[in-house]
Amino acid sequence: MSPLGIYIAAVVTALATYFWRAFGVAVGGRLDPQGRAFEWFSCIAYAVLAALVVRLVVFPAGGLLELTLPVRLSAFALAIGVFFLARRNVFLGCGAGTSAVALAAWLT
Amino acid sequence: MREGLAAGAKVGAGMPALVLGASYVGFGGFVRDNALGLDIAMFTTFTAWALPGQLVMVELYLAGAPLLAIALGVALANMRLAPMCTVMLPVVRVEGRPAWRLYLAANWVAITCWALTMLHAPNQPREQRLSWFMGCALTLWAASLAGCAIGYFAAGAFPHPVSLALVFLNPLYFGLLMLQDLRNRQRLLSMLCGAGLCAVLHPFVPEWSLLIAGVAGGSLAYLLSMRGKA
Repeated sequence: MSPLGIYIAAVVTALATYFWRAFGVAVGGRLDPQGRAFEWFSCIAYAVLAALVVRLVVFPAGGLLELTLPVRLSAFALAIGVFFLARRNVFLGCGAGTSAVALAAWLT
Repeated sequence: MREGLAAGAKVGAGMPALVLGASYVGFGGFVRDNALGLDIAMFTTFTAWALPGQLVMVELYLAGAPLLAIALGVALANMRLAPMCTVMLPVVRVEGRPAWRLYLAANWVAITCWALTMLHAPNQPREQRLSWFMGCALTLWAASLAGCAIGYFAAGAFPHPVSLALVFLNPLYFGLLMLQDLRNRQRLLSMLCGAGLCAVLHPFVPEWSLLIAGVAGGSLAYLLSMRGKA
């Protein structure tokens, strides 16, 4: 069993997470989907997600730091290349990228 | 409703369930590495189900941070969920149906099923779309819980290169998922601005880079695309 304290932290985590989901729905009911405010919100949603990808690939926190930045970027570029060559097949793209990372980790 | 649920579950049950399950294998392993129990790993996956916030929670708890700091950290890590819910709303909403359905469904909005719903749900009849989303989300939720348990028990059992490949799978999958639909130039521009700003800002303000890059990058892309239209 985990200590009681982390359960309190987990409940706080769930509440803080649901807060944004409900907030997004509440705001959405008031915005016109064809309107400019909505378009702006949509731009922010996609920008945050792209930033998250950059953060995980370029500035990883854990084990991925064992691979150099050029290696991580090459694996990512390879995945994108295979993805487009295979007519936007996410499965093949992911397979190529993760294989490249596993191979690079095995060689270093 | 059933057709929608089944169709969404079918899309979720393929590659998305495998990839998301694999990310939660990483989370289960991470929790065990930090000497916490399987119970908390499952509890937080069941209740919050948004990986970045869960990682923040475990890290801050172990660092001895006060509850307020944990609440703020998680809120920052998961703030992206708000615009995602807003953007999904007009896709799944049906005039005249009660709002509680939307508030309930919002509890399962997370990046993978959100991206899939934005991609596939517009091709479904409007009354089926919310069920489509729920079918997809519940399938992915189940895969996450299963992955979490598998990762907890298998921590240390995988060879090291395989564990690294699993960690790399997350950004790779999110990235490719977003590149699947490039017809919308404004979205593409938003992604480029968000990615570029994050790369520039992160070395200086690691705690804030994600939010600044999102808000500033998204706004910049919005302004640029408006200029193009005018």
